[in-house]
Amino acid sequence: MIKKLLIIIITTITLTFSASASSDGELLLKKNDPKEVKDCFEKINRATFGFNQVLDGVIFKPVASVYKKLPSPVKSGVSNSLDNLSNLVTIPNNILQGELSMAGVNTGRFLINSTVGVLGIFDVAQHLGMIEYVKEDYGQSLAKAGFGPGCYIVLPVLGPSTARDTVASTVNFFGGDAWYNVTVRNETQHFSDIDYYSSKVTGGVDFRAKNYDSIENLEKNSLDFYASVKSLYLQDRQQKILNSNTVINTQDDSDWEEIQN
Amino acid sequence: MHIKKYLFIIFIFFFVLINKAFTIEPEIFVQSTVNRASSILTKDIDKSKKIEELKLIAEETVDIKGIGLYTLGAARKTLSEEQKITYNKLFKNYFLKSFSSRLAEYTNPEINVNGKEILNNNYTIVNSTLKATKDRPEIKIDWRIYTKKPDDPRIRDLIIEGLSLARTQKEEFSSILTSNNGDINSLFKVLEDFSQN
Repeated sequence: MIKKLLIIIITTITLTFSASASSDGELLLKKNDPKEVKDCFEKINRATFGFNQVLDGVIFKPVASVYKKLPSPVKSGVSNSLDNLSNLVTIPNNILQGELSMAGVNTGRFLINSTVGVLGIFDVAQHLGMIEYVKEDYGQSLAKAGFGPGCYIVLPVLGPSTARDTVASTVNFFGGDAWYNVTVRNETQHFSDIDYYSSKVTGGVDFRAKNYDSIENLEKNSLDFYASVKSLYLQDRQQKILNSNTVINTQDDSDWEEIQN
Repeated sequence: MHIKKYLFIIFIFFFVLINKAFTIEPEIFVQSTVNRASSILTKDIDKSKKIEELKLIAEETVDIKGIGLYTLGAARKTLSEEQKITYNKLFKNYFLKSFSSRLAEYTNPEINVNGKEILNNNYTIVNSTLKATKDRPEIKIDWRIYTKKPDDPRIRDLIIEGLSLARTQKEEFSSILTSNNGDINSLFKVLEDFSQN
């Protein structure tokens, strides 16, 4: 009950602030241009970012550095099972985005990998020639429906997000994520809360380990690490929403054209 | 009359031939640049020596001045000539240090060029992949090549898995300027401090 109340409060605050922060004639929630994502709460965001960095230094970085040293088959097994679980959010979002054939492919992928692939440890579907897996979430579905990103937000522990993505992610806790439903929301004989939360923590460690050197390198060579992370996050979200990493689709060329030597 | 015609045709033929001969295809330019960098990274020399050699390659192949102007965003339009000279110098030092120290972390990177996409007369995107190792998966790298001078193409951006390094740097500079009320001297100081440390 407290958890539900907290989610509602966070959602309301996020929406209220995002709407009022962009009340200068541009209702950003209706826009879909990442260049227009405003850092409405920059001071708070920077403070949260600092907190997350401390947390990373104390927990995630040391754990990731150990995890990194595990044998490759173990790491890819963990990564595969986490990807497999994420199908439970991807499939409803494929449907919401009108990609019914992709929903069918991902359902097949989930069934094959959960059974033949031993709970998703082995990506059997890929070996069978299924197309590459692309994650989808409720934030992307809202963006596809025309909702703009709203303000940029740094969440404690979870990291960078936008108002739209934060609000959308709450759908996971109201029935939108079957994995959450069978572990936390409903009492089942087979799973408990700890399964859900440990999968989320493992996902964080897996991400940190995969990007270990890149993050270290970026931090070392950045003049403003906060701004770099924000830019990379927003570029990444843009290409995920567009389902494209083709430069002509995701990068704005107008400024380059002005630079003539 | 015939002789004139022949001379004209021969002249055109040679002009086209010479022009073609000095055109460097962007994908060949990228592959050769990558090979040069790779040979340095695999050398059994200390890191500082590697960094110095990588800086030389960067100076020859990257349009540092162009990237600097792009990175500065709208602020480049309000700089005085004197400020532009200061900025170009500071940016070059910053870029070479940042670029070469990032690159020096890699050992034996294997990059294969897969294709290209001509955007217009000024830009071609060259597509490549950095081969996977046991520590990281395969990485897609696109190179924005400035082709205004076909005989002297230059790298203007690296787009790693769809994330533009130049755009990230531009937004970083913009953030520094915004948090210092647009004062260009504060950016100069940050760049200077980075290069000296």
